[in-house]
Amino acid sequence: MAKICRSRNGGNYEKAKQILGMKMNRAKKRIYLDYAATTPVDPQVNKAILPYFEEKFGNTMSLHSFGQEAKQALEESRGVIADLIGAKPNEIIFTSSATESNNLALKGIALGNKKIGNHIIISQIEHPCIIESAKWLEGQGFRITRLSVDRYGLVNPKDVKKAIRKNTILVSIIHASNEIGTIQPIAEIGRICKEKRVCVHTDAVQSFGKIPIDVQKMNIDLLSASAHKMYGPKGVACLFIREGTRIEPILHGGGQEFGLRSSTVNIPAIVGFAKAVKICKREMEKENIKQAKLRDKLIKGVLGKIIGSRLNGHPKKRLPNNANFWFEFVEGESIVIQLDLLGVAASTGSACSSIKLEPSHVLLAIGIKPEQAHGSLRLTLGRWTTEKEIDYLLKVLPKVIKRLRKIAGSYE
Amino acid sequence: MNKRPYYSKKVIKHFTNPKNFGEIKNPDGIGRVGNPACGDVLTLYIKVDKSAGKEIIKNIKFQTLGCAAAIATSDIICDLVKGKTLERALKIKHKDIVAGLDYLPPIKIHCSLLAEQGLKAAIKDYETRKSKKQESSCGNVGRCGFKCGGCFTKTTGL
Repeated sequence: MAKICRSRNGGNYEKAKQILGMKMNRAKKRIYLDYAATTPVDPQVNKAILPYFEEKFGNTMSLHSFGQEAKQALEESRGVIADLIGAKPNEIIFTSSATESNNLALKGIALGNKKIGNHIIISQIEHPCIIESAKWLEGQGFRITRLSVDRYGLVNPKDVKKAIRKNTILVSIIHASNEIGTIQPIAEIGRICKEKRVCVHTDAVQSFGKIPIDVQKMNIDLLSASAHKMYGPKGVACLFIREGTRIEPILHGGGQEFGLRSSTVNIPAIVGFAKAVKICKREMEKENIKQAKLRDKLIKGVLGKIIGSRLNGHPKKRLPNNANFWFEFVEGESIVIQLDLLGVAASTGSACSSIKLEPSHVLLAIGIKPEQAHGSLRLTLGRWTTEKEIDYLLKVLPKVIKRLRKIAGSYE
Repeated sequence: MNKRPYYSKKVIKHFTNPKNFGEIKNPDGIGRVGNPACGDVLTLYIKVDKSAGKEIIKNIKFQTLGCAAAIATSDIICDLVKGKTLERALKIKHKDIVAGLDYLPPIKIHCSLLAEQGLKAAIKDYETRKSKKQESSCGNVGRCGFKCGGCFTKTTGL
């Protein structure tokens, strides 16, 4: 895709290659392997959005034709998104971000059910927006259980069963880990919670539109998803709330989104979200096969070419686009910076790259020591990842690791 | 408005092409600072030359396991102190290191502190070895693999 492969401006690229002793004849391209952070907007999505800025700009609450035009687009979009996960259109509400969806799920359920109970179960590998919301609720008098995971990052459904008490009002488990890509047995957890009559929420930001989800079969009561992780625009997300769920809004005002999320509705973004979902639904099977094949090639290549490397997460139960490695005696931030200079965008769970200077809580939860978590590298594939790009990465990464280990004075 | 890139060109230069990395065989002083759990581990080796009654850092090399900023600060401190007297070297502060790299992101300032501490530790180790040598030298090879210059292994725990 031309958009993400344009040439670099900086002169560091040539220099970096020279130092690694690489030939200079390759075209200067940028390779994006950080699709779990965000994705580019699909050109078809972009095209669908544009009319909603200048022509169809109405406010969905207005009674005139401008407003009704927007209202119609909103309801159509709701239907498209509901259809992807087997929900009813009136069970989908739009928000501004997955963080907002997750905040609403936790705080809304907590406030709506506080007369029934005050106990909430989450896992140790949730996204910070769940962890911090739970922490805030703890300060408000709610009780939080944080379930541990095994070395692959899997929550044991039996642990969920054991943790449920009479006063448990919500179980919230991430569907697929944003860092290590492990997919949780959410259907099993859903079945247990249905038996125990406890509400289940799942943060499906990484899995939505990538792997099949059916909220009926999986017995999910609430589900969060975001557009910008699936080739839609930033600034729009949704929350599925099963009909009959007791939930309180956290934004009060004009009563939009069934009174659960007051705010003028962001129609262009929502239309884009729906278009992105349509494409994902159509392409899901094909893309999964393609990306899983490239991911497996990547994993095999990295583990085979680099000594002192390991795969983080589950070997099989993982997202088709996620590969997360750990390298001995290297620090992840320096790998990311060096790869960037060579035109490859990647990500790390190292403390040196985080604003808190703490290693990734997910890697610590799967039993990796802090000094090991520093050497982690996450590579996430997407719609436009090619085999050529993987080949290039497999060529440069071993050299980068070797060079950094040399500077560290280890592995010689 | 901060329009600067995350790392300055100089950081990138010292990170991608450090001139001073490596090990000095039989160094006069070693400074090992940082903690693997924190992410950065820096080892500085110095070779000191005594001439005309002055002690000059003749050679200095580093080995660093750490982020780009940690590698860049390690490299530049070597540039800054090479050929300087110990007295002058000890006056180099982390601010001078940051200035030498143009700037560092605020969260990476601790990397420049680490380099400063590493240098101080190496010079302290040199002084300790020197005084011990004057007292006695057992001639044993310590766990660190270096020949004992006095019983410094006990004091540094290497």
